Amino acid sequence: MRCRKCPKRAVLGLPRHNTAFCGGCLTEFVRSQVQRAIKAQQMFSPDDRVLVAVSGGKDSLTLWEILLKLGYRADALYVDLGIPGYSSRSKEKVEQFAKVVAEPCGSQLTIHTVEEDAGAGIKELANLIKRPTCSACGTIKRYQFNRVAWQNHYDVMATGHNLDDEAARLLGNVLQWQEEYLQKQSPTLPASIEGFAKKVKPLYRMTEREIAAYAVVNRIDYLVEECPMAKGAKMLVYKDALNRLEAESPGTKQRFYWGFLDRQEKSSSVAPSMTQIDQTTLQPCTVCSQPTTAGTCSFCRMMARAKTTVK
Amino acid sequence: MKVHLSHPTRDVVIQGPKRVADVFKELNLIPEAFLIIRGQDLLTEDETVADGDSIEIRPVISGG
Repeated sequence: MRCRKCPKRAVLGLPRHNTAFCGGCLTEFVRSQVQRAIKAQQMFSPDDRVLVAVSGGKDSLTLWEILLKLGYRADALYVDLGIPGYSSRSKEKVEQFAKVVAEPCGSQLTIHTVEEDAGAGIKELANLIKRPTCSACGTIKRYQFNRVAWQNHYDVMATGHNLDDEAARLLGNVLQWQEEYLQKQSPTLPASIEGFAKKVKPLYRMTEREIAAYAVVNRIDYLVEECPMAKGAKMLVYKDALNRLEAESPGTKQRFYWGFLDRQEKSSSVAPSMTQIDQTTLQPCTVCSQPTTAGTCSFCRMMARAKTTVK
Repeated sequence: MKVHLSHPTRDVVIQGPKRVADVFKELNLIPEAFLIIRGQDLLTEDETVADGDSIEIRPVISGG
Protein backbone atom coordinates (compact mmCIF):
# COMPACT_ATOMS: atom_id res chain seq x y z
CA MET A 1 0.00 0.00 0.00
CA ARG A 2 1.34 3.45 -0.93
CA CYS A 3 0.82 6.73 0.88
CA ARG A 4 -1.97 8.73 -0.79
CA LYS A 5 -0.05 11.98 -0.36
CA CYS A 6 3.49 11.02 -1.41
CA PRO A 7 5.25 8.08 -3.13
CA LYS A 8 6.40 6.41 0.12
CA ARG A 9 5.23 3.10 1.59
CA ALA A 10 2.13 3.54 3.76
CA VAL A 11 2.34 2.58 7.45
CA LEU A 12 -1.37 2.88 8.20
CA GLY A 13 -4.59 2.52 6.24
CA LEU A 14 -7.45 4.76 7.38
CA PRO A 15 -10.58 3.11 5.94
CA ARG A 16 -12.88 5.76 7.48
CA HIS A 17 -11.18 8.36 5.26
CA ASN A 18 -10.56 5.92 2.40
CA THR A 19 -6.87 6.79 2.55
CA ALA A 20 -3.44 5.61 3.73
CA PHE A 21 -0.39 7.50 4.98
CA CYS A 22 3.37 7.05 5.35
CA GLY A 23 4.87 7.96 8.73
CA GLY A 24 5.55 11.59 7.85
CA CYS A 25 2.14 12.22 6.29
CA LEU A 26 0.39 10.43 9.18
CA THR A 27 2.19 12.74 11.63
CA GLU A 28 1.15 15.78 9.61
CA PHE A 29 -2.45 14.50 9.38
CA VAL A 30 -2.80 13.80 13.12
CA ARG A 31 -1.33 17.16 14.14
CA SER A 32 -3.58 19.00 11.68
CA GLN A 33 -6.64 17.17 13.03
CA VAL A 34 -5.72 18.16 16.59
CA GLN A 35 -5.18 21.77 15.54
CA ARG A 36 -8.53 21.69 13.75
CA ALA A 37 -10.24 20.34 16.89
CA ILE A 38 -8.67 23.07 19.05
CA LYS A 39 -9.87 25.82 16.72
CA ALA A 40 -13.29 24.41 15.84
CA GLN A 41 -14.22 23.81 19.47
CA GLN A 42 -12.56 27.01 20.73
CA MET A 43 -10.47 25.02 23.17
CA PHE A 44 -7.56 27.42 23.77
CA SER A 45 -5.22 29.90 22.12
CA PRO A 46 -1.39 29.89 21.88
CA ASP A 47 -1.21 32.31 24.84
CA ASP A 48 -3.20 30.05 27.17
CA ARG A 49 -1.56 27.80 29.76
CA VAL A 50 -2.73 24.19 29.30
CA LEU A 51 -2.53 21.43 31.92
CA VAL A 52 -2.48 17.97 30.31
CA ALA A 53 -3.67 15.02 32.39
CA VAL A 54 -1.10 12.28 31.71
CA SER A 55 -1.21 8.58 32.61
CA GLY A 56 1.77 7.10 30.74
CA GLY A 57 -0.52 5.64 28.08
CA LYS A 58 -0.47 6.43 24.35
CA ASP A 59 -3.27 9.00 24.32
CA SER A 60 -2.09 11.38 27.03
CA LEU A 61 1.61 11.27 26.09
CA THR A 62 0.73 11.75 22.42
CA LEU A 63 -1.50 14.69 23.32
CA TRP A 64 1.28 16.31 25.37
CA GLU A 65 3.78 15.78 22.54
CA ILE A 66 1.46 17.19 19.86
CA LEU A 67 0.61 20.28 21.90
CA LEU A 68 4.31 20.97 22.43
CA LYS A 69 5.08 20.38 18.74
CA LEU A 70 2.26 22.77 17.81
CA GLY A 71 3.84 25.39 20.08
CA TYR A 72 1.31 25.43 22.91
CA ARG A 73 2.28 26.12 26.54
CA ALA A 74 1.46 22.67 27.91
CA ASP A 75 2.45 21.35 31.33
CA ALA A 76 1.26 18.01 32.70
CA LEU A 77 -0.09 16.39 35.85
CA TYR A 78 0.32 12.71 36.68
CA VAL A 79 -1.73 11.17 39.49
CA ASP A 80 0.07 8.24 41.11
CA LEU A 81 -2.77 5.90 42.09
CA GLY A 82 -0.57 3.45 43.99
CA ILE A 83 -1.60 0.38 41.97
CA PRO A 84 1.11 -2.18 42.81
CA GLY A 85 3.58 -2.50 39.91
CA TYR A 86 1.41 -0.78 37.32
CA SER A 87 1.64 2.72 38.82
CA SER A 88 5.43 2.64 39.12
CA ARG A 89 5.75 1.48 35.50
CA SER A 90 3.37 4.16 34.21
CA LYS A 91 5.08 6.86 36.30
CA GLU A 92 8.44 5.84 34.88
CA LYS A 93 7.12 6.32 31.32
CA VAL A 94 5.75 9.75 32.19
CA GLU A 95 8.94 10.88 33.94
CA GLN A 96 11.08 9.66 31.04
CA PHE A 97 8.89 11.47 28.51
CA ALA A 98 8.99 14.64 30.63
CA LYS A 99 12.78 14.52 30.81
CA VAL A 100 13.46 13.72 27.16
CA VAL A 101 10.64 15.51 25.32
CA ALA A 102 8.85 18.03 27.53
CA GLU A 103 11.53 19.67 29.68
CA PRO A 104 13.63 20.74 26.65
CA CYS A 105 10.49 22.62 25.51
CA GLY A 106 10.30 24.39 28.90
CA SER A 107 7.36 22.25 30.03
CA GLN A 108 6.84 20.96 33.58
CA LEU A 109 5.48 17.75 35.08
CA THR A 110 3.65 17.73 38.43
CA ILE A 111 3.06 14.46 40.28
CA HIS A 112 0.28 13.94 42.83
CA THR A 113 0.53 10.79 44.96
CA VAL A 114 -2.79 9.41 46.21
CA GLU A 115 -1.19 7.45 49.05
CA GLU A 116 0.36 10.60 50.55
CA ASP A 117 -3.03 12.27 50.50
CA ALA A 118 -5.31 9.41 51.54
CA GLY A 119 -2.99 7.06 53.43
CA ALA A 120 -3.67 4.23 50.98
CA GLY A 121 -3.44 3.35 47.31
CA ILE A 122 -6.52 3.33 45.09
CA LYS A 123 -7.34 -0.37 45.38
CA GLU A 124 -7.18 -0.40 49.17
CA LEU A 125 -9.06 2.88 49.28
CA ALA A 126 -11.87 1.58 47.05
CA ASN A 127 -12.16 -1.56 49.23
CA LEU A 128 -12.31 0.51 52.42
CA ILE A 129 -15.09 2.74 51.17
CA LYS A 130 -16.82 -0.17 49.38
CA ARG A 131 -16.82 1.38 45.90
CA PRO A 132 -15.65 -0.09 42.59
CA THR A 133 -11.98 0.80 41.99
CA CYS A 134 -12.68 2.53 38.65
CA SER A 135 -15.34 4.69 40.28
CA ALA A 136 -13.04 5.78 43.14
CA CYS A 137 -10.24 6.34 40.61
CA GLY A 138 -12.47 8.55 38.44
CA THR A 139 -13.51 10.65 41.43
CA ILE A 140 -9.91 11.15 42.56
CA LYS A 141 -8.52 11.96 39.12
CA ARG A 142 -11.32 14.39 38.20
CA TYR A 143 -10.90 16.13 41.55
CA GLN A 144 -7.10 16.39 41.48
CA PHE A 145 -6.86 17.50 37.84
CA ASN A 146 -9.44 20.20 38.45
CA ARG A 147 -7.81 21.27 41.73
CA VAL A 148 -4.31 21.58 40.27
CA ALA A 149 -5.58 23.39 37.15
CA TRP A 150 -7.68 25.79 39.22
CA GLN A 151 -5.17 26.48 42.01
CA ASN A 152 -2.29 27.01 39.57
CA HIS A 153 -4.31 29.30 37.29
CA TYR A 154 -4.16 27.15 34.18
CA ASP A 155 -6.56 28.43 31.51
CA VAL A 156 -7.64 24.95 30.53
CA MET A 157 -7.21 21.29 31.40
CA ALA A 158 -6.76 18.82 28.51
CA THR A 159 -7.35 15.07 28.55
CA GLY A 160 -6.40 12.42 25.99
CA HIS A 161 -9.94 11.16 25.36
CA ASN A 162 -10.20 10.06 21.73
CA LEU A 163 -12.99 9.23 19.26
CA ASP A 164 -13.25 5.64 20.53
CA ASP A 165 -13.56 6.82 24.15
CA GLU A 166 -16.26 9.33 23.31
CA ALA A 167 -18.22 7.02 20.98
CA ALA A 168 -18.12 4.22 23.58
CA ARG A 169 -19.21 6.58 26.35
CA LEU A 170 -22.03 7.88 24.17
CA LEU A 171 -23.14 4.33 23.40
CA GLY A 172 -23.15 3.51 27.13
CA ASN A 173 -25.11 6.66 27.99
CA VAL A 174 -27.65 6.03 25.24
CA LEU A 175 -28.07 2.34 26.11
CA GLN A 176 -28.78 3.30 29.73
CA TRP A 177 -30.66 6.49 28.70
CA GLN A 178 -28.47 8.56 31.01
CA GLU A 179 -29.60 11.80 29.41
CA GLU A 180 -28.12 13.94 32.19
CA TYR A 181 -24.63 12.82 31.13
CA LEU A 182 -25.07 13.59 27.44
CA GLN A 183 -24.45 17.31 27.83
CA LYS A 184 -21.08 16.57 29.40
CA GLN A 185 -19.92 14.76 26.24
CA SER A 186 -18.88 17.91 24.45
CA PRO A 187 -15.13 18.13 23.58
CA THR A 188 -15.10 21.52 25.33
CA LEU A 189 -16.64 21.99 28.77
CA PRO A 190 -16.68 25.58 29.99
CA ALA A 191 -15.35 26.86 33.32
CA SER A 192 -19.02 27.18 34.14
CA ILE A 193 -18.70 28.23 37.77
CA GLU A 194 -16.07 29.49 40.24
CA GLY A 195 -13.83 26.51 41.10
CA PHE A 196 -14.20 24.62 37.81
CA ALA A 197 -11.40 24.65 35.24
CA LYS A 198 -12.31 24.61 31.54
CA LYS A 199 -11.88 21.05 30.20
CA VAL A 200 -11.07 20.01 26.63
CA LYS A 201 -10.48 16.83 24.61
CA PRO A 202 -8.27 17.75 21.62
CA LEU A 203 -8.00 14.12 20.39
CA TYR A 204 -11.76 13.65 19.87
CA ARG A 205 -11.32 13.54 16.07
CA MET A 206 -8.73 10.71 16.20
CA THR A 207 -9.31 6.97 16.70
CA GLU A 208 -7.27 4.98 19.20
CA ARG A 209 -5.58 3.14 16.35
CA GLU A 210 -4.51 6.36 14.63
CA ILE A 211 -3.13 7.72 17.91
CA ALA A 212 -1.27 4.49 18.68
CA ALA A 213 0.19 4.53 15.15
CA TYR A 214 1.28 8.16 15.63
CA ALA A 215 2.97 7.18 18.92
CA VAL A 216 4.84 4.28 17.27
CA VAL A 217 5.92 6.38 14.26
CA ASN A 218 7.12 9.22 16.50
CA ARG A 219 8.86 6.87 18.96
CA ILE A 220 6.73 7.93 21.92
CA ASP A 221 7.60 5.38 24.59
CA TYR A 222 4.24 4.70 26.24
CA LEU A 223 2.96 1.97 28.53
CA VAL A 224 1.25 -0.67 26.37
CA GLU A 225 0.08 -2.61 29.43
CA GLU A 226 -3.59 -2.09 30.35
CA CYS A 227 -4.54 -0.96 33.85
CA PRO A 228 -5.23 -4.20 35.80
CA MET A 229 -8.27 -2.53 37.37
CA ALA A 230 -9.91 -2.03 33.94
CA LYS A 231 -10.35 -5.77 33.35
CA GLY A 232 -14.02 -6.43 32.60
CA ALA A 233 -14.84 -2.70 32.32
CA LYS A 234 -18.04 -1.93 30.39
CA MET A 235 -16.19 0.60 28.24
CA LEU A 236 -14.12 -2.22 26.74
CA VAL A 237 -17.30 -4.08 25.78
CA TYR A 238 -18.73 -0.97 24.09
CA LYS A 239 -15.46 -0.32 22.28
CA ASP A 240 -15.34 -3.88 21.01
CA ALA A 241 -18.92 -3.63 19.73
CA LEU A 242 -18.16 -0.34 17.96
CA ASN A 243 -14.99 -1.76 16.40
CA ARG A 244 -16.98 -4.68 14.99
CA LEU A 245 -19.42 -2.20 13.46
CA GLU A 246 -16.50 -0.09 12.20
CA ALA A 247 -14.98 -3.14 10.47
CA GLU A 248 -18.24 -3.70 8.57
CA SER A 249 -18.91 -0.03 7.93
CA PRO A 250 -15.87 2.28 8.18
CA GLY A 251 -16.71 5.66 9.66
CA THR A 252 -19.38 4.34 12.04
CA LYS A 253 -17.69 5.74 15.15
CA GLN A 254 -17.20 9.22 13.77
CA ARG A 255 -20.72 9.36 12.31
CA PHE A 256 -22.12 8.30 15.70
CA TYR A 257 -20.17 10.76 17.87
CA TRP A 258 -19.81 13.68 15.47
CA GLY A 259 -23.48 13.29 14.51
CA PHE A 260 -24.33 13.57 18.19
CA LEU A 261 -22.23 16.75 18.47
CA ASP A 262 -24.01 18.27 15.44
CA ARG A 263 -27.38 17.56 17.02
CA GLN A 264 -26.20 18.92 20.36
CA GLU A 265 -25.10 22.15 18.70
CA LYS A 266 -28.40 22.55 16.86
CA SER A 267 -30.36 22.14 20.09
CA SER A 268 -28.11 24.56 22.03
CA SER A 269 -30.35 27.54 21.20
CA VAL A 270 -33.37 25.98 22.92
CA ALA A 271 -31.88 23.82 25.69
CA PRO A 272 -30.34 25.42 28.80
CA SER A 273 -26.54 25.63 28.57
CA MET A 274 -24.23 23.68 30.82
CA THR A 275 -23.16 26.94 32.44
CA GLN A 276 -26.78 27.75 33.26
CA ILE A 277 -27.39 24.27 34.66
CA ASP A 278 -24.17 24.29 36.73
CA GLN A 279 -24.91 27.74 38.13
CA THR A 280 -28.31 26.64 39.37
CA THR A 281 -27.34 23.17 40.66
CA LEU A 282 -23.80 23.53 42.07
CA GLN A 283 -22.52 25.10 45.28
CA PRO A 284 -19.08 25.21 46.97
CA CYS A 285 -18.16 22.08 48.95
CA THR A 286 -18.22 22.81 52.69
CA VAL A 287 -14.74 21.27 53.08
CA CYS A 288 -12.71 22.14 49.97
CA SER A 289 -14.86 24.73 48.14
CA GLN A 290 -14.82 22.86 44.83
CA PRO A 291 -18.28 22.93 43.17
CA THR A 292 -20.63 20.08 44.09
CA THR A 293 -24.32 19.22 43.98
CA ALA A 294 -24.18 18.04 47.60
CA GLY A 295 -23.07 19.93 50.72
CA THR A 296 -19.79 18.02 50.82
CA CYS A 297 -18.30 16.82 47.51
CA SER A 298 -17.87 13.11 46.77
CA PHE A 299 -14.06 13.39 46.97
CA CYS A 300 -14.12 14.93 50.47
CA ARG A 301 -16.70 12.38 51.65
CA MET A 302 -14.49 9.60 50.32
CA MET A 303 -11.37 11.01 51.97
CA ALA A 304 -13.18 11.48 55.28
CA ARG A 305 -14.30 7.82 55.23
CA ALA A 306 -10.85 6.64 54.25
CA LYS A 307 -9.10 8.66 56.94
CA THR A 308 -11.35 7.30 59.70
CA THR A 309 -10.75 3.74 58.45
CA VAL A 310 -7.02 3.88 57.59
CA LYS A 311 -5.38 4.13 61.00
CA MET B 1 6.42 -16.68 12.14
CA LYS B 2 6.60 -15.65 15.77
CA VAL B 3 3.74 -13.45 16.96
CA HIS B 4 3.90 -11.51 20.21
CA LEU B 5 0.53 -10.60 21.73
CA SER B 6 -0.52 -8.58 24.79
CA HIS B 7 -3.41 -8.62 27.28
CA PRO B 8 -2.38 -11.24 28.30
CA THR B 9 1.25 -11.28 27.17
CA ARG B 10 1.99 -14.40 25.09
CA ASP B 11 3.87 -15.61 22.02
CA VAL B 12 2.34 -17.85 19.37
CA VAL B 13 3.80 -19.38 16.21
CA ILE B 14 1.80 -19.45 12.97
CA GLN B 15 2.62 -20.62 9.49
CA GLY B 16 3.98 -18.03 7.03
CA PRO B 17 4.25 -16.37 4.64
CA LYS B 18 0.95 -14.61 5.22
CA ARG B 19 -0.65 -11.27 4.48
CA VAL B 20 -1.28 -9.15 7.58
CA ALA B 21 -5.04 -9.30 6.89
CA ASP B 22 -4.83 -13.12 6.99
CA VAL B 23 -2.83 -13.05 10.24
CA PHE B 24 -5.71 -11.08 11.79
CA LYS B 25 -8.23 -13.60 10.41
CA GLU B 26 -6.27 -16.61 11.64
CA LEU B 27 -6.04 -15.17 15.14
CA ASN B 28 -9.67 -13.97 15.03
CA LEU B 29 -8.72 -10.36 15.74
CA ILE B 30 -10.43 -7.15 14.55
CA PRO B 31 -7.83 -5.01 12.66
CA GLU B 32 -9.37 -1.80 14.02
CA ALA B 33 -8.27 -2.77 17.54
CA PHE B 34 -4.60 -3.57 16.80
CA LEU B 35 -1.38 -2.48 15.13
CA ILE B 36 1.09 -4.91 13.60
CA ILE B 37 4.73 -3.99 14.18
CA ARG B 38 7.79 -5.64 12.63
CA GLY B 39 10.99 -4.30 14.19
CA GLN B 40 10.12 -0.62 14.46
CA ASP B 41 7.87 -0.55 11.37
CA LEU B 42 4.09 -0.57 11.19
CA LEU B 43 2.66 -2.95 8.60
CA THR B 44 -0.51 -2.34 6.59
CA GLU B 45 -3.01 -5.15 5.98
CA ASP B 46 -1.84 -5.91 2.42
CA GLU B 47 1.78 -6.55 3.42
CA THR B 48 3.20 -10.04 3.70
CA VAL B 49 4.93 -11.40 6.77
CA ALA B 50 7.60 -14.04 6.00
CA ASP B 51 7.71 -17.34 7.86
CA GLY B 52 10.92 -16.40 9.68
CA ASP B 53 9.70 -12.96 10.80
CA SER B 54 8.85 -11.90 14.32
CA ILE B 55 5.95 -9.49 14.67
CA GLU B 56 4.12 -7.80 17.52
CA ILE B 57 0.35 -7.46 17.46
CA ARG B 58 -0.19 -4.51 19.75
CA PRO B 59 -3.66 -3.73 21.14
CA VAL B 60 -4.66 -0.08 20.86
CA ILE B 61 -7.74 -0.17 23.06
CA SER B 62 -7.58 1.16 26.60
CA GLY B 63 -10.23 0.94 29.26
CA GLY B 64 -10.26 4.61 30.30
